[in-house]
Amino acid sequence: MMRVSLKWLRDYVDITIPVRELADRLTMAGLAVEGVESPGEGIEKVYSGKILQISPHPNADRLTICRVTLGQGEDLNIVTGATNVREGHVVPVAVEGARLAGGLVIKKSKLRGVESRGMLCSGQELGLDTSVMPSDQAHGIMLLDPSTPLGLDIKGVIGLDDTILDLELTPNRGDCLSMVGVAREVAALLGERLSLPDTSAVGSGLEIEGMARVDIIDPGLCSRYVARLFRNIKIGPSPAWMQDRLRAAGIRPISNLVDITNYVMIELGQPLHAFDYDTLKDGHIIVRRAEKGEKMVTLDGSERNLSEDMLVIADPGGPVAVAGVMGGLATEVTEKTVNVLLESAHFNPVSIRRTARSLGMRSEASSRFEKGVDPVACLRAADRAARLLLELGAGEVAPGAVDSYPVRSVPKTVVLKPGRVEHVLGVEVPGQEIVSILRSLEFTVNDSGGELLVTVPSHRQDVFLEEDLIEEIARMHGYNRIPYTLPAGSGTIGARTPRQSLEVGVKDTMTSLGFYETVTYSFTAPSTLDRAGLPPDSPLRNVLRLQNPLSEEQSIMRTLLLPGLLEVLQRNASRRTTDLALFETGRIFLPSGDGQLPLEKQVLAAAAMGSAPSGWNRAGQPHDFYYMKGVLEALLDRLGLRGYSFAKESGHSLFHPGKAARVTVGEAVIGVLGEIHPDVLENYSLPQSVSAMEVDFEVLAELSGRPRKYRPLPKFPGIERDLSLVVKKEIPAQDITRTIRKSGGQYLQEVRLFDIYHGGQVPAGCQSMAFSLKFQAEDRTLTDQEVNGWMTTVSEALAGQFGAGLRS
Amino acid sequence: MGLEEKLQQIQARALEDMSSAGSLEDLNEVRIRYLGKKGELTGVLRGMAALSSEERPRIGQIANRVREEIEARLEGRLSQLKDSLREKRLSAETIDITLPGTVFGTGNLHPLTTVTRQIEDIFLGLGFSIAEGPEVEMDYYNFEALNLPKEHPARDMQDTFFITPETLLRTQTSPVQVRTMEKTAPSLPVKIIAPGRVYRRDDDATHSPMFHQIEGLMVDKRITFADLRGVLQVFAEKMFGPETKSRFRPSYFPFTEPSAEVDISCGMCGGEGCRVCSHTGWLEILGCGMVHPRVLEMSGYNSSDVTGFAFGMGVERITMLKYNLDDMRLLFDNDVRFLAQF
Ligand SMILES: [Zn+2]
Repeated sequence: MMRVSLKWLRDYVDITIPVRELADRLTMAGLAVEGVESPGEGIEKVYSGKILQISPHPNADRLTICRVTLGQGEDLNIVTGATNVREGHVVPVAVEGARLAGGLVIKKSKLRGVESRGMLCSGQELGLDTSVMPSDQAHGIMLLDPSTPLGLDIKGVIGLDDTILDLELTPNRGDCLSMVGVAREVAALLGERLSLPDTSAVGSGLEIEGMARVDIIDPGLCSRYVARLFRNIKIGPSPAWMQDRLRAAGIRPISNLVDITNYVMIELGQPLHAFDYDTLKDGHIIVRRAEKGEKMVTLDGSERNLSEDMLVIADPGGPVAVAGVMGGLATEVTEKTVNVLLESAHFNPVSIRRTARSLGMRSEASSRFEKGVDPVACLRAADRAARLLLELGAGEVAPGAVDSYPVRSVPKTVVLKPGRVEHVLGVEVPGQEIVSILRSLEFTVNDSGGELLVTVPSHRQDVFLEEDLIEEIARMHGYNRIPYTLPAGSGTIGARTPRQSLEVGVKDTMTSLGFYETVTYSFTAPSTLDRAGLPPDSPLRNVLRLQNPLSEEQSIMRTLLLPGLLEVLQRNASRRTTDLALFETGRIFLPSGDGQLPLEKQVLAAAAMGSAPSGWNRAGQPHDFYYMKGVLEALLDRLGLRGYSFAKESGHSLFHPGKAARVTVGEAVIGVLGEIHPDVLENYSLPQSVSAMEVDFEVLAELSGRPRKYRPLPKFPGIERDLSLVVKKEIPAQDITRTIRKSGGQYLQEVRLFDIYHGGQVPAGCQSMAFSLKFQAEDRTLTDQEVNGWMTTVSEALAGQFGAGLRS
Repeated sequence: MGLEEKLQQIQARALEDMSSAGSLEDLNEVRIRYLGKKGELTGVLRGMAALSSEERPRIGQIANRVREEIEARLEGRLSQLKDSLREKRLSAETIDITLPGTVFGTGNLHPLTTVTRQIEDIFLGLGFSIAEGPEVEMDYYNFEALNLPKEHPARDMQDTFFITPETLLRTQTSPVQVRTMEKTAPSLPVKIIAPGRVYRRDDDATHSPMFHQIEGLMVDKRITFADLRGVLQVFAEKMFGPETKSRFRPSYFPFTEPSAEVDISCGMCGGEGCRVCSHTGWLEILGCGMVHPRVLEMSGYNSSDVTGFAFGMGVERITMLKYNLDDMRLLFDNDVRFLAQF
């Protein structure tokens, strides 16, 4: 984020278009303007005024009465509770009818019996951000420069007559993290000339030569180090104009010297660091890697453990700064500082980034170094600081600079073929336009017989390739002047794979069966494994753990989908929705061996609570085991899966051991279903029973792809017979059905269980089951006698196998 | 009394009896009384044998006419009675049609699925196929092969969940680009979209640590930025309506050059500016660009021969725009009162 003061920007380029239009042009050139602020908007009738006299309030100890002059007209008596004002101070005065930030209107009023004809204002009341105010002024009345003329509109005095553009810069445009960088873009867009700030500074006294020395031990991490020496510094506040500009940029003014370094950083993009020269041993700067175990106390007062991959600025006594990241406390500029050694250096972006991150210290300086600053500009920035020091009268500048520049920056040259521009963009940009665009951005262009040799200016650290130049051309030409075309060439047919279509089908089937699709997070809490009741040796406890989760609640990758759905059920139940059915398709993550990516398995999970919707003419079916089983059967039938069977599943911790089943086709396990284990229900605070299933999508996909074949419709009528039998309760219905099918002969087409009954005349421990059997042949009408014969065989088989008694 | 008069009398009585018959049973009795085997008309006809041969045909004709008359009236009365009976029955059967219909549980697709399918279908129609890739990804595919070496400052744009120093939760669907190109190279064209879950360390009203993206990639002999504009304009119109305009703004992604962000005209205000579009008239919907030559090279294509474009969009963002949602967290809360609205 770069805050650009329009007033400041105008120092370097003429802006002749309205600010809104400027914001649009910048946005459409790739410097996104996220906001345009007019901080002084709405503030009226606040003037600079001088406090002539302060007298106590007759009725209140905490209030005082200030007599204030605005330089003309009658003096005003203003009652204030502020304690930081003294006679002679110049402060912002809001008079009757004034309007402050936030719309507050000032009226004549009486405070504890004394008339007050206005208000003395704090920075906050004028819309200033207290975080960028000098700390002694952040609270209390804002104190203006005593030399400020009286009666001026306060907006002009404290820089509120400005417009701020909030630029959201992309990481490649480090060059625009500076006023001059933005001005350069504006100049190119508007066809204006860029004027650079004055860097001339006349030195006095002894040369720096002999006073300071710079040794770069590791030129790979520091390609250039410029030092200048300032003497006889008078530390104090910086002038109002500089403070206003820093505040506008979002930086808190501190003192003239620190403000100068920050000002130059914002102006030119080059971070500077000021050392108290007299605390540096021998005035000797050594740029080297930290030694193992070396420590240093940084500006913020904390002791830092340095490591060998960090670059430090040291003197012969040890490290004095973490290069490009933060200075040291021992060499900090203080009110007592007399002489200053100014650093303007170029550090390796990767090293700065790594160091800043591992120390947890991101600063304005480090973020600029990371994005690549102009290596050629070090000296210019140091000179600019010297110039400002003289302008501010804050000290003297020693003639000369120490410029250690072991790795010279070589300008890059990129070959650009104008044909390639059209090849990539799909539109012809005239050669002349290409050249003039590049030149306006300070690229040097030489035509070498059709190809252009383009030299990249040193501030554009992001340009390496022909494509980079094409982007420059495209954005200045205007993205939206490029036509809309559709790709020519080989036509392709887009279609879902069978596996993708299956997922579509599964979701559609589930919704048509009354289930709502949910989307839950793929990560979960480790406690989920316990809440799901997984035994200690469960393979599902082998999970992927995030190194840097946002919270413990989201720290492992799920190995089950159902717990997520149970949470959703619980959340809905707590909001009084207790009848509902949900599903989700998503991946579970099963760790593989070291260094390998985990197995990601697509799973379908469903869970239902309460009952299906009921109405005045229909009772709601309970969402129990059989409901869920019916859903699964419907789904499998819809997917064309045949030959699946259910087996009792009593070893799955999520499910009730007596109400759970495994679904298989041959050897392949499709999934499990059942009612949730009461312990798990309790763990999830679920108020009532829940039925659920988890289905392995991969197995489903493998089995469901089989083609369906047409079977001719029967030509001859079938015969249906009912069969009622009494069997022991523990005999599974599936076994009985299987026996009926096996013994019923080749013409038995259908076996359907249609009633179960116990009690009455049925003996205890038994139940009566009623089946309907359908016999049918393809080539003839069956006779009653034939069917009677098969029915007898079936009955005998059932009696033999299960001791089933027939009921008439 | 002569036969003729007798016949006329019978006819008159029969007609009267029929009109006073109030039920089908009564009417049947009337029929039997006059036309039955032992009925009055039959009795008269039986007496015709005594007539002279001159009289017989004349009386016979009259008798026939009387019979026809009675039968016709009988028929008419019968259908009259039936009508009124049906009427009565129907009116007795009338139900309250304002009672609610039988309740069927109908579920819903999650809005993210609905929107994903819409987007998929648009690109399927344009000849793209759907590719998939792992959610736990190697640093190489998520970053390095996309021209984001370690310590690249643009890695800050995507705060990453790590599993190990070399594996992570993918921060974007872009790694599917690389995997697809590696598999396809040097064949052409590559034309895919890749929907899926992605993860970033962010959590507030506009960011979720898990969200969904759809990536698009097309690589061929002569693909241009103008083609990218054309394809995305088609997409914008199909997704947001034929009036939709698109606007390309220069941007930066390490794996495309040139790069752009695409805005569409705000459908809420028609471009006039409103709260939804922060008074700009435009809504940002996706990022895109020409595949960076280094990415092509790393994935096995010769960047001087082939070009390509890529784009990536956030499904949540588009869903929120389509349904005018203001809090992304609703999408992951799974409150059925919310889900039932789609
Ligand atoms: Zn709008």
